[in-house]
Amino acid sequence: MSESMPKDYGFGSDEEMLRDLAGKLLDDEMPIEKLRQLVAADPATTYESGQLPGWDQALWKQCVELGWTGLAVPEEAGGVGVKMVGIAALVEEVGKHCLPSPLVATLNATYVLREAGSDEAITWLGRVADGTTATLAITDSTGAWEAERTDVAAAGNDAVTLTGTTYFVQDAFKAEIFLVSAKRGQEVLLCAVRSDAQGVEIRQDHIHDLTRDQATVAFHEVSVAAEDVISTAGAETLRCAWPAILTTVSADLCGTGEWQLQTTVEYAKTRKQFDRPIGFFQAVKHPLSNAMIEIDRARSLVYHAACCIDAGDPEAEKFARMAKSAASDAGRFVSDRSIQLHGGIGFTWECDVHLYFKRSMHNQALFGDGVHQRRHLANHTLGPIGN
Amino acid sequence: MAKLATEQLEFQEYARRWLEGNRPAPPTVRMPITPLEVMTIPQRDYLQDWQGKVYAAGLVGADYPTEYGGGGHEGFQRIANQEMGRAGTPMMINIVGLNMAAPTILVHGTEAQKKKFIPGCLSAEEIWCQGFSEPGAGSDMANQQTSADRDGDDWIINGHKVWTSLGHFAKWMILIARTSKAHKYDGLSYFLMPIEGHPGVTVRPLVKITGEAGFNEVLFEDSRVSDDCRLDDIGKGWTVAMTTLTYERGAAESAGGGGGDSTHPVQRLVNLAKESWRDGIRASDDPLTRDAIVQRAIVAEGLKQNARRARVPGLCEHPMRLPLQQKVTSSEFAQENARLGVEIAGARSTLYKLDEAAPDQGHWPLAYMNSYGHTIAAGTNEIQRNILGERVLGLPKSK
Repeated sequence: MSESMPKDYGFGSDEEMLRDLAGKLLDDEMPIEKLRQLVAADPATTYESGQLPGWDQALWKQCVELGWTGLAVPEEAGGVGVKMVGIAALVEEVGKHCLPSPLVATLNATYVLREAGSDEAITWLGRVADGTTATLAITDSTGAWEAERTDVAAAGNDAVTLTGTTYFVQDAFKAEIFLVSAKRGQEVLLCAVRSDAQGVEIRQDHIHDLTRDQATVAFHEVSVAAEDVISTAGAETLRCAWPAILTTVSADLCGTGEWQLQTTVEYAKTRKQFDRPIGFFQAVKHPLSNAMIEIDRARSLVYHAACCIDAGDPEAEKFARMAKSAASDAGRFVSDRSIQLHGGIGFTWECDVHLYFKRSMHNQALFGDGVHQRRHLANHTLGPIGN
Repeated sequence: MAKLATEQLEFQEYARRWLEGNRPAPPTVRMPITPLEVMTIPQRDYLQDWQGKVYAAGLVGADYPTEYGGGGHEGFQRIANQEMGRAGTPMMINIVGLNMAAPTILVHGTEAQKKKFIPGCLSAEEIWCQGFSEPGAGSDMANQQTSADRDGDDWIINGHKVWTSLGHFAKWMILIARTSKAHKYDGLSYFLMPIEGHPGVTVRPLVKITGEAGFNEVLFEDSRVSDDCRLDDIGKGWTVAMTTLTYERGAAESAGGGGGDSTHPVQRLVNLAKESWRDGIRASDDPLTRDAIVQRAIVAEGLKQNARRARVPGLCEHPMRLPLQQKVTSSEFAQENARLGVEIAGARSTLYKLDEAAPDQGHWPLAYMNSYGHTIAAGTNEIQRNILGERVLGLPKSK
């Protein structure tokens, strides 16, 4: 650890207040009953009719007024410039409440704009701070996470025309702009494209998670003005933003995981079999202790990764991959136990645990699961294969 | 690491310089992996001599009050431990004295007891062992059968203690014994019991699965101990024992002990994988082995960050949630590392340490077998998971 790294991850009273306010707001405004009503009132509507999943736009407006879209925007660009550890703690609260919102998508796009650093990017950062929602459109049809891969081509020198399709775009129906990666020869460009621009076609993906939307976004000769080309070194920009993206999704996983743990613990305290609460039995108690251990490991790694990002530590990517690996695995384990230990009721639509199970499962895969992260980490720890 | 205060920086500099200038000659005999496995007199002498030297240099007991033989500082011991770990100097032999007896006596002892016992714990002049476990009192520790009966100013001890590490070198034992049969918990008292050459005390070796005689059983037959050696009140033994276990289980800052092999355990696995072959490729090129090693690296970093986060109250919703995990996570970390080392060594893991072809002097299979000492001792990890479920998560009690 370098000497400049704060012992407390930089988590001071400002960050604590921000987190606690978010928790309070969501406790009040997104209780589990309301969430169910919003996203899971009827499985037929959700999965068969292809309606967009619900979200609370009035609540989101409050969040924007509280500055949530500006959290990761530097103060000089008009944002709040909160430390990464504060953002992680706030996103945990969002995960704990399974909040459907464009927050994480917008944060991830913000990190990319921030790394691009161009005048064009700074202008867009200001708009995001003012409440414009954004999402990344950077994934090809195979679902690969490599920064160089894209199925979109850019033609032209200053202003460009985009042709092609991006896949697995998160909360595309909530985002007002897409940050699109596109190939121009060997270069990867990053372009800001309004979701209602001429030639943009958003096709809804049918997904399991009820707390977000996802889309395949096609670009049919979409014109992008020169001032909306925010980076011509897009692969490098994405790589620089990657630690923050991984850390944010990991924080959401820690939040859902903590809710799953606490909810299953409560059930184990109240559900009686053989004249005792089932939490008496070690076959129930020990897996819950193990789930806590895994979630805590992931949380500590998330805070460390966040702190390294704030400090500009060159090892931030390594620690963010560790965090995503630990958070994905912890999420998988606690999800598994949350269904199993609820028994028969846990297998039904009426029990809340599946909402969190699905959000967690989605986040485990997003930007690479544990195995994916460890394959990258192995090159760091052991050197490349055959070396 | 946050900025250290000036005097702490000076101490760090001093510790670094002292350790550089006083690095001991390498031992002429093979050293065990942990101090609890010190078996021979040459091993003991080497480690006892080293602890005496670092104590005299102020690197052990730095935070203890000066009137009890300490350095009278605050926050120095962590620095000394870090520096000893970094320098890779020998371990502290008096682990029971340092990490269990001294902190317990500091909390519960009389002024006279603190003055009499703590200096010898720190300097390793007096080696300590622990007498908590009995054949019928393992996980159910309060089921103590060893009795202490009052006889004037003395107590008469009768009973049988087991798994007594370092008993064969110990001058003293921290002992819990039953002073009343009427109450299970409140019938226990805590004694500082003389062992070495003491009438009525027999120390006999118990042989571990490795074939090494790592610990002992201790038999008491009408053995006397003065009432001066009772720690805290009659019937308070369980409470005092809980203090000891808090220190033993790592929930509090210990008084010293760095040393051993300073190579990071994950790096040792990487080194082993680079010189182990399977199907014509190095294990370090095998994707499954790579994944397994990286998993160890993630757990290692997680342990480190848990220790850091435990000191940030705003990021911990329950004060004991992280400290109570440490015994489980650190003992299983060591066990999984050793098990993976055995796996990577492949056919060569079959070789005992005396075989010259054994990788890392036969470290991996022995470390693996010895690791069960840590997953069982100080409350088995199953008991620890009960404690986590009950005390932190609030699940109903198993007993």
